[in-house]
Amino acid sequence: MYEWDFTAVIENSGLLWQGLLGTLAITGTALAFGLPLGLMLALSRLSPRKWLAWPAGFIIEFFRTTPPLVQLFWFFFALPILMDIQMTPYLAAAITFSIQSSAFFAEVFRAGIVSIERGQWEAARAIGMQRPQAMRRIILPQAVKRMIPAFTERSIELMKTTTLVATVSYADLLYQANELAQKTFRPIEVFTVTALIYFTVIFGLSLCVQAVERRLAVSGDSTVR
Amino acid sequence: MSQEPILTIRGLHKSFGDNHVLRGIDLDVQQGDCIAILGASGSGKSTFLRCLNFMEIPSDGAITHAGKTIGTERPGKPRVYSEDELTKVRQKVGMVFQQFNLFPHKTVLGNITEGLRIVQGKDKASSDARAREELARVGLAEKADEYPSRLSGGQKQRVAIARALALAPELMLFDEPTSALDPELVGEVLNVIRGIADEGRTMLLVTHEIGFAYHVANRVIFMADGIIQEEGPPEQVLKNPQNPLTQAFLARHKQFEF
Ligand SMILES: Nc1ncnc2c1ncn2[C@@H]1O[C@H](COP(=O)(O)OP(=O)(O)O)[C@@H](O)[C@H]1O
Ligand SMILES: [Mg+2]
Repeated sequence: MYEWDFTAVIENSGLLWQGLLGTLAITGTALAFGLPLGLMLALSRLSPRKWLAWPAGFIIEFFRTTPPLVQLFWFFFALPILMDIQMTPYLAAAITFSIQSSAFFAEVFRAGIVSIERGQWEAARAIGMQRPQAMRRIILPQAVKRMIPAFTERSIELMKTTTLVATVSYADLLYQANELAQKTFRPIEVFTVTALIYFTVIFGLSLCVQAVERRLAVSGDSTVR
Repeated sequence: MSQEPILTIRGLHKSFGDNHVLRGIDLDVQQGDCIAILGASGSGKSTFLRCLNFMEIPSDGAITHAGKTIGTERPGKPRVYSEDELTKVRQKVGMVFQQFNLFPHKTVLGNITEGLRIVQGKDKASSDARAREELARVGLAEKADEYPSRLSGGQKQRVAIARALALAPELMLFDEPTSALDPELVGEVLNVIRGIADEGRTMLLVTHEIGFAYHVANRVIFMADGIIQEEGPPEQVLKNPQNPLTQAFLARHKQFEF
């Protein structure tokens, strides 16, 4: 029978907290850049102008279909050689996950936008709105509301995928957990606690999103038309 | 007619791919006209209305609003239209849809002020005042702060009418404004439309309410096969139609009362 002993983990919990901060930092950065970038990609892809739509489509598909680990290695190892810049683990991770998540968010945005009834476009155009005005004032606000569950799903996926940054020695939660496990020879306890931290953070955040969603639904405009 | 028409339509064609929907429509609309458009489903009534505010771009022909022919002529090709020009035209042409198409994320007041503020650039105070004026006209002053989802179908359509009227259009287009309504709600919407017509506003109205067309319109158009088959005062077109297609259509709508 295995004897559980969390003393070493508790004594060194500072390491795990640092790691959690690292995970949150990279997830936050990816969200902060990925969401606006994703919106731009989605709008470009939906644009009637082919010279905008096609490159956007290519970027989206490329980053959705290549493994994130390959992207991370490319930005960490290849980009510094090509561009002669100093690459840090944080920078490589930030670039990778900002672009990668923007590709996924772009598809979420796009699905939301095309789900809005044609009649909404027509009503907006009939009062003299130009396409960008209609998009910003009428279509997007309704689309974003419908997208909240998909955004939550994607963001959770993103936070889990950021564990890959440990491979380029970025001190995220998983990297710190690994360090701690080797230091204390208590891998079972360390990784159990690590899993619980991921669970608590992600589950907690998704509960918050659900609450926000309920709040929006009762603001009176949940039904179409 | 001595007066210059407010709207002139010449040789209007519209095709969707191989589907040649409008096949040469000519019409002059005078200031104050209330024109009812009748025709079987699929005869191109909606397409015709939608060409008039360029929600559909005509495949051929010319449309003249208040003396100004929209678009630029090209030899041997359909006219070209700039987005700027079309948004200006659309502000002068109000449109009311069968499915209301209110903005669900905005209050009743917000639905009406949207065009005033965003398109016409008016300030909040004057937009609100203007919107409340139109809401009062359609009898919904007390609903200003509600969201559309809390309104009945008839109330939604009245808000949609107020939204179009707020921009002070020179021409109103109604595309089967009561077809999506429960029968008991049709009357309140028709009353509002009748009120607008009585004010002398110029309007084109696609409807299946033949009795209403008879009493309110000063001209009736019957469309079939992509053209205007018959046109004239309601007395003539509805009571004494000359075209066999009009006669057949009206025979199928026998139940209407004058
Ligand atoms: N956006 C569109 N794309 C393709 N076909 C269309 C479109 N709008 C209308 N049509 C076609 O045009 C014809 C006339 O439609 P419509 O103008 O809606 O008729 P009505 O309003 O008289 O019922 C129909 O055959 C319809 O399928
Ligand atoms: Mg129709």
